[in-house]
Amino acid sequence: MIASYVIVLAVLAGAVFIISAPLRAERGEAGSEEQATRIAELEAARDAKYHEIRDAELDLRTGKLSDEDYEAVDQALRAEAVEIMHALDAVAPAGAGIRAGE
Amino acid sequence: MAPVGRLLLILGLVTTLYGLGASLYGARAGGRAWVDSGRRAMYALWGMTAIAFVILDVAFVSSDFSYNVVASGSSTTTPTLYRVAAIWSTQQGSLLLWLLLLSGWSSLALFLTRRRVREITPYAQAVLFGLTAFFGGLMVFFANPFATSSTPPTEGAGLDPLLRHTTMMVHPPMLYSGYTLMMVPFAFAIGALITGRLGADWIQVTRRFALAAWLCLGVGILLGARWSYTELGWGGYWAWDPVENAALMPWLCTTAFIHSIMIQEKRGMLKVWNASLVLASGSLAVIGTFLVRSGILSSIHAFVSDPTLNFSFVALIAVMVIGSIALVTWRREQLRTEARLDSLVSREAVFLFQNLVLVALTAVIFWITFFPLISEAITGTQISVGPPAFRPFVVPLALIVVVLSGVGPIIAWRRVTLAKLRRSFALPVLATTVALIVLLVVPGVIDHKLALIMFCAGTFVVSSVLQEFVRGVRARRAMTSEAPLIALGALVRRNRRRYGGYIVHAGVALALVGVAASTSFQQSRTATMAPGQSVQLDGYTIRYVRPTATATPEKISFGAILAVTSGRQQIATLHTSYGLYPSQDPTRPIGRFFDGSNETSVGLKSGPLQDIWTAINPNVSALQGLINQGDARFTKFLSDAMAMPAAQRTRALSELYSLRDLAIRGLAQRFVTHPWAPTFLFIVSPLVTWLWAGALLAAFGGLLALWPLPPPRRRVTPPSPRDKPGEAVAAPEARARELV
Repeated sequence: MIASYVIVLAVLAGAVFIISAPLRAERGEAGSEEQATRIAELEAARDAKYHEIRDAELDLRTGKLSDEDYEAVDQALRAEAVEIMHALDAVAPAGAGIRAGE
Repeated sequence: MAPVGRLLLILGLVTTLYGLGASLYGARAGGRAWVDSGRRAMYALWGMTAIAFVILDVAFVSSDFSYNVVASGSSTTTPTLYRVAAIWSTQQGSLLLWLLLLSGWSSLALFLTRRRVREITPYAQAVLFGLTAFFGGLMVFFANPFATSSTPPTEGAGLDPLLRHTTMMVHPPMLYSGYTLMMVPFAFAIGALITGRLGADWIQVTRRFALAAWLCLGVGILLGARWSYTELGWGGYWAWDPVENAALMPWLCTTAFIHSIMIQEKRGMLKVWNASLVLASGSLAVIGTFLVRSGILSSIHAFVSDPTLNFSFVALIAVMVIGSIALVTWRREQLRTEARLDSLVSREAVFLFQNLVLVALTAVIFWITFFPLISEAITGTQISVGPPAFRPFVVPLALIVVVLSGVGPIIAWRRVTLAKLRRSFALPVLATTVALIVLLVVPGVIDHKLALIMFCAGTFVVSSVLQEFVRGVRARRAMTSEAPLIALGALVRRNRRRYGGYIVHAGVALALVGVAASTSFQQSRTATMAPGQSVQLDGYTIRYVRPTATATPEKISFGAILAVTSGRQQIATLHTSYGLYPSQDPTRPIGRFFDGSNETSVGLKSGPLQDIWTAINPNVSALQGLINQGDARFTKFLSDAMAMPAAQRTRALSELYSLRDLAIRGLAQRFVTHPWAPTFLFIVSPLVTWLWAGALLAAFGGLLALWPLPPPRRRVTPPSPRDKPGEAVAAPEARARELV
């Protein structure tokens, strides 16, 4: 019975240690966290847009899109990608070194 | 170790409640540290649940009958491999598995999103904690897996014989993984609705979890169908059983979701639809769990009904459904679409139509599945409708879905010209026309029009998918001059989501062709035969060669060896058997070995074009007279032995039980020495193998689509930020080579 309590207490101590770690650690500024979140979102949006550009190109190469349709679609997608990149630059200017996860 | 398991569950519930509180406080007060602490509480919960699960599974493996669940769900005669899996054959053990999987997948999702969608995550975390609190609470207060008995039995009741099948080791965890994985996108959708962050972010971070849920549910359904086909002795793989439908409904809904989210990702459209679909899929996953747990609808798969659990599940489902509707209604203005369909002839239009059909299919299955309960609520009598009620609605809708799954791959996003459309459709339509002409020549096919349409639809899908692969390889080779197989590998590797999806379409089409053929052109007959006799079926002669019988402490097995010939050609030798497991009835010392649970091992010759299937029913009633005599004599001998002095009694009882075992073996052997005529069910079904092969192909495609793709920026020359919006960026050949 004592062994049971020891095991449970050991698990409890481990859990408290793991769970309380963020509360014990010093936090960075809230502003930089918000910025990192925004950057992560914009990077995800940019990556998704790149996938769309690739998809459209693959559609052209495999004969599903005509040249005219591809031009229109590609132009629109690249414009959207550029907008995202402008937004990304506005949040994290090149060389600022703030990127999500860094 | 039972107290440790129990305390860990209580500790897990406390941790869950802390995680719920910390996540909500962190969200409201903007305290990231509290949210991070809450996330770590999920990791801790998973750890505690894993230890508790291992403790209980060790009790099953070591046949520790002081645990009530072990005594009711296992025995010393249960093979060790099945004892490992017996944990989820019990109500309490399966709830523990649910919590283990839910906390595990939640931990993974929260770890992967720890630096993404930070406004949404705290609320998603809180929803996941709410769900874990529900299942943890059920076990702490109502269904304790660690309940023990101070006077444990010397032998357990044993695992249900029907579950002693290799697929049953994997089938329940796969279904539960599907249900619990679906909770991740559900929780993030709730978080997105609460915070009003309704862009594609939450979809991008949870898409893989929805796909994984779809894959696990699909594999679970496939394994269940295979188990039904080879174990249940009725010759089918799908019976429209409520518990089967419980897995199919969220699978269909998730199929719609993983298609429609592409439209939101690409076009910012269908936000209300996607939010509703994922909330419906999540709710259906819990409804599915409820159907299995509750036994409210008659099913061979369901557990015994428990009013307390039933009430709890109904309350949870009500909260999920009402809460979902309220949130979508509250955010309806923000969920307005950002774009419109450019053309009705576009991939997004096809996806939209396919979504409507899939949802209609889900709704039809939901209505018919729950019709007995609805009828009971209205008339007071539960009216069971059965499989025939499904077919008139499900078959036409399934046909439309299959056709659309062939159209989707060959049509472009946003818009397409008529000339391109004609070029894309030419080959698949030609292949379908050829298939139709060939099929019309095959005798009897024209009599099964729905099957004929399914064969043509399947041909259309497979040919359109093949065309896409050929075109893709050709495009890549034009730029790289790679060998065809290398070009194919590179093409698929660089576009896993697209080509994985195409493979899924082809796999599902092949599987449904197998379903159409095997249900429409199946030949079957039953026959009661003595050894040496034979029957004719679909051009085959099936001869009952000889009986077999074995008796072990685990079960008595009666079987038959059958020879299948066609003309003078030997086709196959089949062995089917029927296992009888002892009951715990103390009033029938001999008879209890013949009147417990039973299982069928079918005799099966599978081929690419045809399956020959047989199952035996040994008609044990032929032994009933001898069994009754044995019961009467053994009961008398037993009472005589019990009246003896203690020293003699032990020896007498030992001899008596040895004689009983001898008598049982003798009774079993009479099936061989004095054979009587058992009844056989014989079935010849075409293309059943296509069902399994198609489903495996679809699972492979799903896995391919699920596999992470390297970030595209490494391989795509991005548009420069200096470019002005609306300005086209040239696409030279060198960059195109990187793209394809």
